[in-house]
Amino acid sequence: MTLDLPKESLVKMYRKMLEIRFFEEKVFGLYGQNLVPGTIHLYAGEEAVAVGVCSALSKDDYITSTHRGHGHCIAKGADLKRTMAEILGKKTGYCKGKGGSMHIADFSIGMLGATAVVGAGLPIAVGAGLSARLRKTGQVVACFFGEGASNQGTFHESINMASAWKLPVIFVCENNLYAMGTRQSRIMNIENIADRAVSYGIPGVSVDGNDVLAVYEAACVAVERARRVEGPTLIECKTYRQKGHSRVDPAKYRPREEVEGWLQRDPIKRLRHKLIQTVISTEAELQEIEKEVSSEIEDAVKFAVESTFPAPEEALEDVYAQI
Amino acid sequence: MRKITYRDALREALREEMLRDSSVFLLGEDIGRYWGGAFKVTDGLAQEFGDERVRDTPISESAIIGTAVGAAITGMRPVAEIMFGDLTALAMDQIANQAAKIRYMFGGQTKCPLVIRTPFGAGVNIASHHSQSLEAWFMHVPGLYVAVPSTPYDAKGLLKTAIRGSNPVFFCEHKLLYPIEGEVPEEEYTIPFGKAEVKREGADVTVVATMYMVHKALSAAKQLEKEGLSVEIVDPRTLTPLDRRAIVASVRKTGRIVVVSEDCKTAGVSAEIAAVVAEEALDYLDAPVKRVAEPDTPIPFSPPLEQHVIPDEKAIIKAIKEVV
Repeated sequence: MTLDLPKESLVKMYRKMLEIRFFEEKVFGLYGQNLVPGTIHLYAGEEAVAVGVCSALSKDDYITSTHRGHGHCIAKGADLKRTMAEILGKKTGYCKGKGGSMHIADFSIGMLGATAVVGAGLPIAVGAGLSARLRKTGQVVACFFGEGASNQGTFHESINMASAWKLPVIFVCENNLYAMGTRQSRIMNIENIADRAVSYGIPGVSVDGNDVLAVYEAACVAVERARRVEGPTLIECKTYRQKGHSRVDPAKYRPREEVEGWLQRDPIKRLRHKLIQTVISTEAELQEIEKEVSSEIEDAVKFAVESTFPAPEEALEDVYAQI
Repeated sequence: MRKITYRDALREALREEMLRDSSVFLLGEDIGRYWGGAFKVTDGLAQEFGDERVRDTPISESAIIGTAVGAAITGMRPVAEIMFGDLTALAMDQIANQAAKIRYMFGGQTKCPLVIRTPFGAGVNIASHHSQSLEAWFMHVPGLYVAVPSTPYDAKGLLKTAIRGSNPVFFCEHKLLYPIEGEVPEEEYTIPFGKAEVKREGADVTVVATMYMVHKALSAAKQLEKEGLSVEIVDPRTLTPLDRRAIVASVRKTGRIVVVSEDCKTAGVSAEIAAVVAEEALDYLDAPVKRVAEPDTPIPFSPPLEQHVIPDEKAIIKAIKEVV
């Protein structure tokens, strides 16, 4: 697919995807050095979804995210340093160390936060959409969740409500085929999550979630529909996580051929290939970007590692807002 | 002063806050123009403010609260109604994991000014799924405030404070309180959270009671007055924050305490209040703390069964006599 996009937009998408990939590789490494408390759920391999969708949004549009949320933050424009610092539990992190990897938010860029309860972000996204409607702002909300979440009651409740009220919400299902270690075919009798849209009377589309341009195009259509007050869309992005569910998961339940097949369809390699092939970018230009991104990530790591931990008694702050 | 019902007092609070602040809106099942709420609290509001601000929802409790959370963190002040308190179980993730924690987990970046109104309480023969008193569940979740008004005056003043605040408030109502009348001034007022009220002054024994039990305790106190016993009744009005100081002050005065609450005894409202007294007022006690609460059973349907489990004046009088 060739989209009539200016070079700078395409290069920006490449750069964002690269930021996520390099960021996640670093997080993986830092975990191994015991610098990351708790657990991590890496987004590597799914970059085209977050970047494709967020490229179709404005800065003041909203997103909601999941336990596998680093990529959503970065795609929406979050600061790499503060994101990394939060993952390391530092005071300089987005949530001052109260949230960690699974709970990052940046309200200043419309990133309404990641919830680690599977499916819990859907109704919150509907509420943000309702709020945009009532405040007449024209904002739209992109709600990320996995195919596992589509079996939660909140999926049904939220999409039905958003559809009944024609709210500006784009439900983005990241179908990476596995809910932890449970393959979709073992727990669902359908192949395409998008088919479920029929029961809510809204459009449902399945796209190649490893093709950032395909995701972007579907998101643009959904965003336009939402802004025209025609209601929500369900976009299913078929993708694959390149690592296990969490850091300790070697993902042995996935056949080797399957993993290799998806690695060959790596979303970043594909866009890179396309940029070179269509003579949009030169090898030298892309290498320069790769160098720059790599250095940005190093800066983020340095910032996070050197930042201090919060004072223990800060645990008692932020429970309630003062009037 | 004029007298209005608890139901009308709640409606006045909603109406006045909607007039005052365009970010206030209501959502819930059948709260709109066709029904006006199962207990008629929102009756007439859709006609005045329109269907956008008084929203009938699908029967989707989880999405009702989740939607309210999403709206609250993006600049609105939603007031969600859950038709019966028992049904909050369906929305528990959104209440306890999302609304209550969203500010904390995101390091104070956001506020969640959300009110969840719901009726608790037994006494109308509708069995276990529509009669429970579950206030204690919500006391156990940091990040929530819990209001428990017992009179029309308190209902109106506390609801206004809840709507104007910056935190999620779990606002408990009681089915049997809706038709109760009480004095409510025409002029504007609010009631701060965490301020108990002494509903009746007394010298011999303190009774801490909440919601409908305040009225039963008042009736018990009246009967005991004839026997020469002076009972002080303290109504916390909010369970979170809990006015420990007022409870301790009263115990200090009387040296005796009976805690009356309609919820189950184990790990309930009365347990927390008893614990506060044990921690902070043990030295003032002349008798052990007594609790009057529902036994640890579900609420039965048949009238004689149901009446057997709801604390009544007789049980309150018996408990008081045991400590004096």
